[in-house]
Amino acid sequence: MNILTVRDLSAGYGATDVLHKVNFTVEQGTIVALLGANGAGKTTILRALSGLLPSRGVVEFGGTDLRQCSPARRVELGLAHIPQGRGTFGDFSVEENLAAGAFTIRDKKQIAEDMERWYSVFPRLAERRRQQAGSLSGGEQQMLALARALMSRPKLLMCDEPSLGLAPAITEQIFEIFKSLNDEHGMTLLIVEQNADLTLQFAHTAYVMEAGDITVSGLASELLSNEAVQQSYLGV
Amino acid sequence: MVLFFQLLIDGLASGAIYASLALALVLIFRATRIVNFGQGEMATLSAYCAWQLCEWGVPIALSLLIVGAASFLLGVLVFRAVIKPVSKASTETVVVVTLGLFVFFQALCLWLWGADQRAFPAMFPGGGWDILGVRVTASTLGILLVLLCLAATMGAIFRFTRLGLAMRASAYSSEKSLLVGIRVERMLMLGWGFAATTGFIAAALVGPRLFLSPTMMMPILLYALASATLGGWDSPLGALVGGLIVGVAESLGATFLPFIGADLRVVIPIAVTLVILLVRPVGLFGSSTVVKV
Ligand SMILES: Nc1ncnc2c1ncn2[C@@H]1O[C@H](COP(=O)(O)OP(=O)(O)O)[C@@H](O)[C@H]1O
Ligand SMILES: [Mg+2]
Repeated sequence: MNILTVRDLSAGYGATDVLHKVNFTVEQGTIVALLGANGAGKTTILRALSGLLPSRGVVEFGGTDLRQCSPARRVELGLAHIPQGRGTFGDFSVEENLAAGAFTIRDKKQIAEDMERWYSVFPRLAERRRQQAGSLSGGEQQMLALARALMSRPKLLMCDEPSLGLAPAITEQIFEIFKSLNDEHGMTLLIVEQNADLTLQFAHTAYVMEAGDITVSGLASELLSNEAVQQSYLGV
Repeated sequence: MVLFFQLLIDGLASGAIYASLALALVLIFRATRIVNFGQGEMATLSAYCAWQLCEWGVPIALSLLIVGAASFLLGVLVFRAVIKPVSKASTETVVVVTLGLFVFFQALCLWLWGADQRAFPAMFPGGGWDILGVRVTASTLGILLVLLCLAATMGAIFRFTRLGLAMRASAYSSEKSLLVGIRVERMLMLGWGFAATTGFIAAALVGPRLFLSPTMMMPILLYALASATLGGWDSPLGALVGGLIVGVAESLGATFLPFIGADLRVVIPIAVTLVILLVRPVGLFGSSTVVKV
């Protein structure tokens, strides 16, 4: 079953479209990679999906037409988006960032439990819970961004270039957490990356974008072993 | 020395009033990057309404309560009807629009109540205390207490409530706030409401010291603009401290600097502000991300 169905999605900045009738689906309980070179339109897709950009076409999320929903409503429906460059509140404490992430949750007990749960997954955040988010290292901020997004109990977690600016070891750690979220909790993930090699090792299916359109799609394992694809699209 | 402390106390009382209006300006600026030049005149309208209710026989406390709530709605209405439609326009356009609010509300007061000065009812009892030769009136004490309560309430809302968290988040980044499910526009609207009520508090404090007139808040707005610049446009705490500094500087300067005297006292806050901006361009408590207006 598809949790997300995107049909003929067009969006852009001002009068010019960046996305030209993009089509793709995300199956419930899978990790999906969205790859492509810089400027291909990956970020634009995520921004259109979370409602930060106006768009045309059909976006169906768990049976609801997302385009009718405000950005806030989309979060309530279970869509979480970690934007490129983290999306944490720099002058809030770590704890306040998590509280903000739980803005759509009304149950105080659940918020407290979730906070402790993510603190135990990210002990570094627990140590720094009173510290300003802006003072954290890049890796810690990405973990905070992830924990912040998880506080809303998302059904679909979208993450824009999690590896950007991080040391390889920390990137690996973040991907391991994606995998365990998927394995243990059946969470669906849509991961935008330029680091194709690593992402394809973790993803089930993948799409490759070029100039505002999806040009290749398939199982991650196939893309990883397909040399033609590797050379022409992924540049590895 | 007694004179110094007397001027200090009097300056703090005026400063508290500048601080409340500055707080209103900063609340709006933080959230929307707009300087609302109409803030003082909106407060004047509220003060007239409170006066009118009293004239009709409503007890002063009740009329302040009613108008405090009505001012909130006025702020919300102005945001919905006037500010939201131009929220994507250029800075120049928005400045013209808030100057328009200034002209509109002043004209409205003039049209409804005329130019005659009206005596605003006293909120605090007349007496006072002599402490080591310094006269502290009940009204001075009252004004300072009101500011203290206002600051404590605002601080508590911002720090400890879900609403406050959402308002701070919206002021920090509307996009990041949308991504955690905050209805940012609603927060901006509430911000305008809070600001209008805060402005009304400033006007209600000024009312009994001066007389009610359509232009009564104009000098206060000037001082409040200086206070906000002094404290840093994105810092509520800065607005409070800035207001108090401006009030004290005005009071001390007008007496101790013979070449200034009463006529030129309005220069003092501007001079103080300029000096501080030379040393610290973002204001005392401002963060470096604010662009100068
Ligand atoms: N804020 C913006 N205003 C105008 N054009 C933009 C903006 N952001 C991105 N673009 C353009 O949209 C295209 C796609 O960008 P983006 O979605 O950020 O690509 P990617 O995330 O794949 O690197 C690029 O050509 C870029 O120049
Ligand atoms: Mg991008």
